[in-house]
Amino acid sequence: MRVTRNSMPSSVTDLDLRPAARVSPASQPRPPLDHVSVSPVDIEARAVAKRFGETAIFQDVSFRLARGEAVALVGANGAGKSTLLRCAMGLIPVSAGEVHLLGQPASAARGRALRSLRARIGLVSQSHNLVPRLSALSNVVHGMLGKSPGPRHWSHMIAPQAVREAALEALDRVGMADFAGRRADRLSGGQSQRVAIARAIVGAPEVLFADEPCASLDPQAGEDVMELFFRLVRNEGTTVVFTSHNIDHALRYGDRVLGLSGGRMELDATAASLTARDLRGLYD
Amino acid sequence: MTDTSVRPDRPVLPRYDRPSAAAFLGYAFGVALLVWCLAGAGFSVDKVLSAPPRFADFAARAFPPNFDPAVLSRLGWKMVETMQIAIAGAVIGVILSLPVALLAARGLIAGNWVNQIVRVGLSFIRAVPDIAWALVFVVAVGLGPFAGMLAIVVDTIGFCGRFFADDMEGVDKGPAESLTATGARKLDVVACATIPAAMPAFVSTALYALEKAVRSSTILGLVGAGGIGIELKVGFDLFDYPTAMTVILMIAVVVIAIEQLSGWARVKIIGEQR
Repeated sequence: MRVTRNSMPSSVTDLDLRPAARVSPASQPRPPLDHVSVSPVDIEARAVAKRFGETAIFQDVSFRLARGEAVALVGANGAGKSTLLRCAMGLIPVSAGEVHLLGQPASAARGRALRSLRARIGLVSQSHNLVPRLSALSNVVHGMLGKSPGPRHWSHMIAPQAVREAALEALDRVGMADFAGRRADRLSGGQSQRVAIARAIVGAPEVLFADEPCASLDPQAGEDVMELFFRLVRNEGTTVVFTSHNIDHALRYGDRVLGLSGGRMELDATAASLTARDLRGLYD
Repeated sequence: MTDTSVRPDRPVLPRYDRPSAAAFLGYAFGVALLVWCLAGAGFSVDKVLSAPPRFADFAARAFPPNFDPAVLSRLGWKMVETMQIAIAGAVIGVILSLPVALLAARGLIAGNWVNQIVRVGLSFIRAVPDIAWALVFVVAVGLGPFAGMLAIVVDTIGFCGRFFADDMEGVDKGPAESLTATGARKLDVVACATIPAAMPAFVSTALYALEKAVRSSTILGLVGAGGIGIELKVGFDLFDYPTAMTVILMIAVVVIAIEQLSGWARVKIIGEQR
């Protein structure tokens, strides 16, 4: 049964997509969800389908995410959550339909246009994806490569001072400034994921994708990382899309929950209108 | 409580699978191929049995090796030249291998056609033995160690270019994907994620290339491409087996020392886990 319990603008094209002031004071409470229904749309998927060879992963997936929303994408293993995230970022092509990201057609963009679009987003992965033999600081400096390409951003040792300071600031925000010089492969799982978050936020992305950000962590470290992650991004008004198998996380950190099941988007509802039982149905 | 009773109709997994007819024919073909190759190689039990007395005769005439100080000094300088050829050739070869490998590695910078063309080129380089490259360069640049060094450079590119490319293709794609997702260019992604991740394998391959270069450089002198090989050839040509034995011992000592040094450096640079 498909569940839809929210309202969104009719089309991304008839919205004002001029850059909005994205920084709000940390003390200011997050606006209620009603507010986002009139905000510009950051991500729009229209009848998206993805196949790998003859295997259909999902089809006819449509949704629109308003600026500043935190959206949980849930579903059983193999439902296509990670694949949908990658399609949304333009990392893999869609088989049908189209994805608009920040007002641009991500599914059709190529080359420099796609890179410019990606420079406005960030990604936090389940496996952290840090470069093991490099320092935490160099890994965070790499987060600026989309906006400032070139050899000077290949290592913190040769990076411009402003970039180095921005990276250190990002590490400080995740509580890892004291570990800036430590090799990534010598960090614990929780520390490693914090550095990955710093790398994702150092470029002040407008949209952040998080693919099961705490799946590889123990429960306490997972809680800490989710708490930190959402505290940071909510203060910035960043649009967040995260996948999770943790129903509690989906309801607690998401404004909205999208559910994939049987290759289709079977759930699209505000978190406040859902219970854990509603989400468990997706795993049956 | 879990029911642990065994179903009477439970399938039994055999220890060994009976080979299919095709597999059996494949084994038979493999054995026939080996017998055919042995015949073509002139394998002879008689010759194997008669070899030890001849080897003992050579050993009797070669021992004791020639440890005359003048000979040792001459051979020592030739060994230094051999090492110079090997180290210079291996270092330049390893450096040149990196851009070649970037073009050969699938899915990194260049398209499929470029990957295939570069890989075929590397296969060609490896297919030609180092001694043949030395002959080519002796013709091109004349007799002497420079021809030997160029032969080592080319041989190292053929070896490292292929393995560096394989190493880069085999690294975890996660870090590269994370950087790609932030809009980084391909070259930046390769420089920041792929190459650092492949660096332990690069170091291991490069050290092996150095060992290989040292072994190769000891025989390049056979064709006039410098190094101690010419002394070995002259020793055998003049039936001066004690001096030839001295050359063989010097080569063995140097190659073993380089292998030990390389192993130590590999652990120091890469870590105990590799």
